Amino acid sequence: MTAPRDKLGRPVVVVTGMGIMTSLGNGKTDNWAKLVAGESGIRTITRFPVDGLRTTMAGTVDFVSVDPFSSTGLSERMAELVTEEALDQAGIGAKGDFPGPLFLAVAPVEVEWPQRRELGRAVGAPDFTYDDLLRISGGGKYSAYHHRFMFGSVAAHLAETFGTKGSPISLSTACASGATSIQLGVEAIRRGETDAALCVATDGTVNPEALVRFSLLSALSTQNDPPQAASRPFSKNRDGFVMAEGAGALVLESYEAATARGAKILGVIAGCGELTDSFHRTRSSPDGKPIIGCMNKTLADAGMTPDQIDHINAHGTATPENDKMEFNTTSAVFGELAQKIPVTSNKSMVGHTISAAGAVEAIFSLLTLEHQRIPPTINYETPDPTILFNVVGNKARDARVTAVMSNSFGFGGQNASLILTREPA
Amino acid sequence: MTETASKPGQTEVWITGIGLATSLGEGLDANWAALQEKRINVDEKGFAPYIVHPLMPVTFDSQIPKKGDQRQMEAWQRIGTYAAGLALDSAGIKGNKDILSKIDMVVAAGGGERDLNVDTGVLTAEAKGANAPGFLNERLMSDLRPTLFLAQLSNLLAGNIAIVHGLGGTSRTFMGEEVAGADAARIALSRIASGESDIALIGGSHNGERKDLMVLYEFGDFNLKDKFAPVWARKDHAGFALGSAGAFLVLESKAHAEARGAKPFAKLSSVVADLARRKSPGDMAATLEKLWAKLPKRDGKGAIISGATGAEPATSEERGFLKGHAEFPVRSTGTMFGHTMETQFPLGIALAALSISRGALFPPNDSTGTEIEMQGAPTQIVVVGAGHWRGEGMALVEAVS
Repeated sequence: MTAPRDKLGRPVVVVTGMGIMTSLGNGKTDNWAKLVAGESGIRTITRFPVDGLRTTMAGTVDFVSVDPFSSTGLSERMAELVTEEALDQAGIGAKGDFPGPLFLAVAPVEVEWPQRRELGRAVGAPDFTYDDLLRISGGGKYSAYHHRFMFGSVAAHLAETFGTKGSPISLSTACASGATSIQLGVEAIRRGETDAALCVATDGTVNPEALVRFSLLSALSTQNDPPQAASRPFSKNRDGFVMAEGAGALVLESYEAATARGAKILGVIAGCGELTDSFHRTRSSPDGKPIIGCMNKTLADAGMTPDQIDHINAHGTATPENDKMEFNTTSAVFGELAQKIPVTSNKSMVGHTISAAGAVEAIFSLLTLEHQRIPPTINYETPDPTILFNVVGNKARDARVTAVMSNSFGFGGQNASLILTREPA
Repeated sequence: MTETASKPGQTEVWITGIGLATSLGEGLDANWAALQEKRINVDEKGFAPYIVHPLMPVTFDSQIPKKGDQRQMEAWQRIGTYAAGLALDSAGIKGNKDILSKIDMVVAAGGGERDLNVDTGVLTAEAKGANAPGFLNERLMSDLRPTLFLAQLSNLLAGNIAIVHGLGGTSRTFMGEEVAGADAARIALSRIASGESDIALIGGSHNGERKDLMVLYEFGDFNLKDKFAPVWARKDHAGFALGSAGAFLVLESKAHAEARGAKPFAKLSSVVADLARRKSPGDMAATLEKLWAKLPKRDGKGAIISGATGAEPATSEERGFLKGHAEFPVRSTGTMFGHTMETQFPLGIALAALSISRGALFPPNDSTGTEIEMQGAPTQIVVVGAGHWRGEGMALVEAVS
């Protein structure tokens, strides 16, 4: 490892700290052990009643307590915990003094049902209008809810807790958000604006309305029993994704800064790319061109060719459309290699952590590089005969892995890919 | 502090397109005329006791020709998609597939409106005793429109702009209230200045005519009530009047603009932003001073366009900061357009660029003496955006020499 700059003359961006939380547990050690063992974090929801719902399971994070509970509060707490883990590992800066900006992928925020119901009860009459709710909202009784439900509140809390520098950015690119947070950090370091960046992605939004919203779009699996078998990426009988919670944090640094302070380098963000699909709000362009372009841009950004990628951490949501589209587009980019490169979907076990997924899966990709072992795609009993990926089905596989492509595609035409390597190219 | 300033050897970034749809009207001429006439469009009755600056009605068909597209959006997205189209028109790139296929989009967005009938229906039924465990689930499953979710998602403003106007480059959505607008400009500027990008569409949109938003801000007693007053005259009657507006800008490297013969309104020289802790009085003003010091040297004919909200204590802190720079005539977008949240900062940049290109700052509209007349053409305008609760941003817009 000698080159502080990449083929395009930009500072090489490395990872020196990682923190992760999913429905499998808290931290890298626990998550990795369960992931390679093929365990599922998907379970029947107990946080709220599921009567009347088509989908009754999710990958909830139930072992973190937040009081009073809100999805935004859970997102914030998870983000805090994974950031602590990442900073512990990186050993960068001082406590409460991180030497760089924060890029936070976070689910859109709004007032939630428990708080709305509290208002409804406070009106104290059986018949009322929205104006009555509005009338009793002021006076300071609910001022904490103003802060809680500001879009910028999670980022402001993290920035104040960890002492990140400047204006923290809260971003959403739907299911690609986690990858975008990493991309923003990489770009800031490459531009020379900072030597370090904290990239965090979090999503704690398994609540009744979020579940209903995705349900009404027919996006969710309804194979509720057993819940562990619901998420079936690349299988013929896949029927949708499974909502899940989780968070990931990465400390990014320039290679130069990391080596200068003797930090252990966990991996390299060799390339990032994104490309918008303007075809439809929820569906990919049928020709797949935006996704193909996204992967090609990412390869170009990394200065690499398809044959240098030896593992793909797929978006692999297990919706009928996504997985097929992902195979077709990957084939367009990788040719016959698309059927040889080992492919896996972490979502078979941890579900779809939505805003966090890009970061969670980047961290799993980096752990794959570290352990030279590819986690399985579980529930792969009936392969879809039209998806000819070399799926790492059901059992983890030891493999020589030097470069991983991790893909994220989201509603609103958001496509983002990352290439992660063990060492600078 | 995070900053973006053109460094030696970096390209100039020009503002080559502006799209405005506001409470004062649609397009640059209508907005400029209203500013000249000190005409403010407030509705003190429709949401009484709360005050809003309603959108001046526009014909959405002219920028969003497909009714199907319009139906897939709620008002905030329609306003934004409309204003984005105006900005592309203004830059002369509407329908230019070569450019639109690579344009980078950074949008500052909040979230979409809720269905108030559904919310009220659930709550009143519960007040009347509906308490079965699955009651909420069943009502939401039957009452929520499937497409409403897409009208609520923050990144679907950008998504709709891409679909309607055929944008195929990159797309990023920043959230976080007022400062998200500053950060959108900051990141787009730094990407163009460093050569990562040639051209970008940035901006935001806001529908202020929303009771669900008023509930959120009422939690913090931030809504202006009963009687309208200019932002600087609200000290004893604090609060903001939500405004409806879409403001989008096309930012472009000088070389890219020149190559296609595009003329600049102005150049965007620097955008800086920070997060003051706001734990004690003076914290926010100190951060504004730091940001001010970070901007490139101002030795031209300067002015300040402020996005002060009218909420306290932020507005008083900002006024204190402005007093320290009394040689700069100040204008408040909050007085004229209401508080448009994520859109306020892009709106400020738009008005700065417009003022520079028209050779005059628009007139003051204030009884407190904070805003003073300005003679002659401004060549440097600082846009100040301090959030009602968190986040501070500042930009320098300059005449192209």
